[in-house]
Amino acid sequence: MPNNTLTVRVGGDSATGGIVTTGEVFARIAAYAGLEVYTTRTIPAEIKGGHVMFQARIAPNEVWSQGDDLDMLIAFDQESIDRYYALVRAGGILIYNSNESHPPAPDGVTQYPLPLNDLAKAINFQRGRNIITIGAMVKLFGLPFDTATAVVEKQLGRKREMLEQNLLALKSGYAYIEQNVTKTAPYHLTPRAGAKEEERLVVSGNQALAMGAIAAGCRFYAGYPITPATDIMEFLAGEFPRIGGTVIQAEDEMAALAMAIGASYTGTRAMTATSGPGLALMTELIGHATMTEIPVVVVDVQRAGPSTGMPTKVSQGDLRISVFGANDDAPRIVVAPVSVEDNFYQIINAFNLAEKYQTPVLFLSDQDMSVRVQTIPPFDLKRVCIEPRQLWDGRDAAAFERYQDTASGVSPMSLPGMKGGQYVAEGLEHLPTGEPDYTPEMHTKNMFKRGKKIRQAAGDAAKWGMLEQFGDPHAPVSIVGWGSTIGPVREAIERAEAEGLPVAALYTKMIHPLPRTEIAEFIKDRAAIIVPEMNYTGQFARMIQAEYWREVDSLRKYGGIPFTTREIYEEIKRVYATLKKPTKKPAAPKRALRKKKVASKRKTARK
Amino acid sequence: MITTLEPITYKFEPANLSPNDYKSDLHPIWCPGCGDFGVLASFYKAVAEQHIPTEQLVVVSGIGCSGRFPAFVNAYGLHGTHGRALPLATGVKMAHPELVVVAAGGDGDAFSIGMGHVPHAIRRNVDITYIVMDNEIYGLTKGQASPTSPVGMERKASPYGTVETPINPLLFALASGASWVGRGFSSRPKELVDLVKAAMQHKGFSLVQVLSPCVTFYDTYDHFKQISKPLPADHNPRDRMSAIKYAMDEATLYLGLFYQEERPTYDEGYAAKRAQAAKPNYGIKEIMGKYMR
Ligand SMILES: Cc1ncc(C[n+]2csc(CCOP(=O)(O)OP(=O)(O)O)c2C)c(N)n1
Ligand code: SF4
Ligand SMILES: [Mg+2]
Repeated sequence: MPNNTLTVRVGGDSATGGIVTTGEVFARIAAYAGLEVYTTRTIPAEIKGGHVMFQARIAPNEVWSQGDDLDMLIAFDQESIDRYYALVRAGGILIYNSNESHPPAPDGVTQYPLPLNDLAKAINFQRGRNIITIGAMVKLFGLPFDTATAVVEKQLGRKREMLEQNLLALKSGYAYIEQNVTKTAPYHLTPRAGAKEEERLVVSGNQALAMGAIAAGCRFYAGYPITPATDIMEFLAGEFPRIGGTVIQAEDEMAALAMAIGASYTGTRAMTATSGPGLALMTELIGHATMTEIPVVVVDVQRAGPSTGMPTKVSQGDLRISVFGANDDAPRIVVAPVSVEDNFYQIINAFNLAEKYQTPVLFLSDQDMSVRVQTIPPFDLKRVCIEPRQLWDGRDAAAFERYQDTASGVSPMSLPGMKGGQYVAEGLEHLPTGEPDYTPEMHTKNMFKRGKKIRQAAGDAAKWGMLEQFGDPHAPVSIVGWGSTIGPVREAIERAEAEGLPVAALYTKMIHPLPRTEIAEFIKDRAAIIVPEMNYTGQFARMIQAEYWREVDSLRKYGGIPFTTREIYEEIKRVYATLKKPTKKPAAPKRALRKKKVASKRKTARK
Repeated sequence: MITTLEPITYKFEPANLSPNDYKSDLHPIWCPGCGDFGVLASFYKAVAEQHIPTEQLVVVSGIGCSGRFPAFVNAYGLHGTHGRALPLATGVKMAHPELVVVAAGGDGDAFSIGMGHVPHAIRRNVDITYIVMDNEIYGLTKGQASPTSPVGMERKASPYGTVETPINPLLFALASGASWVGRGFSSRPKELVDLVKAAMQHKGFSLVQVLSPCVTFYDTYDHFKQISKPLPADHNPRDRMSAIKYAMDEATLYLGLFYQEERPTYDEGYAAKRAQAAKPNYGIKEIMGKYMR
């Protein structure tokens, strides 16, 4: 990658304060200066103290992944040098706190000492080391100082007295580099022409999701705190009361989902959000929502497990529990966004699917995209469309049957308050009226009814922008994927293509039911199908294998950190090497179906 | 194309229905003589006397013999999973406070698998009434000891007798700060009707423990008749210490209203916060605007 893309990592002990703030504020300064940013971070498992890192990739054009090597490491302490120095590329830069650490022997990485403790002492502001660092970075990258001041004011200006100190710290770091580092800025990041005037959102995946929920008309949220899903509750707890909604911090995840089901039973769009351990507790009630046919959205921000696992590390290991987790067959829809931006559009789809098919919808985000702050285009509110729930028309109360079988399997629903629509939403197997019934005939019929509804949803995937295809459509090698692996995959494909190794990629945001025809059409003539995912057993790969009877190349990473571009790229190369005639493209398919059927990348919500 | 959803609120006119009108078409599947019949009959009367329209009434339950309650009421019903009646009912009430929400279930549903929810419903003071039909046994699963069973109960799952001390539900509720606590007996329907009515009229969370014998697995009719009696006339239901004193008496099971206090309900409290926070002309566009660079 040329030097106009910069990957910088900040590491330190969270007890000393502000490592993540440093990264986040710096990322925002870059964003406000007109650049694109993509951040990654770890949070310490410890409450106070523990090592943390924050990484930002900054470029004039959109970036898709966290990048491979570091261009710059900012080490607050010795541990950060020990952990990350090896990742700094040749020609890169190390800025280290010379009061607390010793630099490694010189080996092609430029080292800049920054006496953070001394500088903080000089301005009598012990906790100002993070802002001093930001000041230093702003100078090193040649970012405008006034933009930095504006961001610090906006982000940290809540307390007036503190603001003055913070601005002083900012200046002190800036001045130190100005006086002591004689070279010009090693990375002068120039925004694209006109970029600064373009509207840009600076948000995390969880924030995008919460905004999507609001746009989708959700007005009830119940949840139990859990990393990394808590931000969603905190965001909505602030906004819902302003717009007539309700947020309840429940006593546990069973209560949370039960409350959401109760609210939705009355017609209010409702959701809960959790992570793996909470989802495990919710499975009985997910089955209940399937059985009673009550729409509800359950967000799972996946983290590494099983059990408490690694609360702050990423995983895509909850696919199987999301698709199958329940007693007996309990069909539901599973939706997965691919990026920060996509969280907004896909959660709207999730609500619309839940309401249209009167079913629980599981929404699989992950730790990586949920906490990452990124610059993205503003959400296109013109694309927000609400698919209403099919309600009973209120006529002929005597004939009304809540669970009446219909051609689509979806039965018009009455809501408490509607005269004549009284029924029991029944978790036992039941007759169309809702009356409990255990006959084999009824159970057979209803199993089919509940399954039929969900099968149909596959047909909405293409229409609702839930398929994203990119790369070379005629390539022999393909990638079929889901979730946040799309970033490194996109970049790896660009890299491979530049070297004459074309790859076609298809990402589906509807994981269950799988958009059968579109995927079948896509994989039909491929010599190889790579399925990258962040779990141990290749959960999606096995689903694809089972569904299409095709052998796939299951590429798994399960250490708790995202794929790098290089890892995907290496796999593409390896797969190509195993093909008999590697680079020859097959003839173009006779029917140009693929391109037409699959929605393009930005059309993520329904028209 | 729809882009926003308008919230629905309902207006209800008082109904003029007889207890029979609240009967659903289903005949209860309970064993003949089950105490739950008495509770159900009292409930029909209590709602009829309050003139509650059937479409305004929502009955929510968990799982158990007693959990079948909603199916026998001509009203909206939500038959949940074992132990989750209270959070389901909380969701219904918070989404539509204009509905009258009653939760019903058994001692196992309430005080074993669902016990985690009881103090929270109490602390929130959600405006719902919880009728717990306490037969001191697991009826539906054919007779295992429940959290309210007496020590030494011998059943198939406890052939040598249980060793656990039973829970005292009323004491627990009072200690948790419940704003309304009462006890009834299925064989005293007249008092039970009044008690259920008073509980439903209370603004806030009300817990009605109803002694409701299981004729099939633990017939306590005679026992309950012997040891139960109305609370003494001098008991002041505003006096929490007095309520605690009578609740602690396990040799005599007192019947009636133990305790009542007025404090803001959860939906009122939340509505007040909403009124405080409300922003005119504020929606997704404005929220997004805050995150624009
Ligand atoms: C999660 C779960 N665990 C266990 C059961 C089995 N089960 C059904 S009802 C019940 C106990 C019912 O006792 P109680 O709540 O006292 O109701 P009763 O039948 O006595 O009215 C049990 C254990 C279940 N349905 N769900
Ligand atoms: S088993 Fe007991 S509790 Fe259940 S219906 Fe029969 S008598 Fe009533
Ligand atoms: Mg019982």
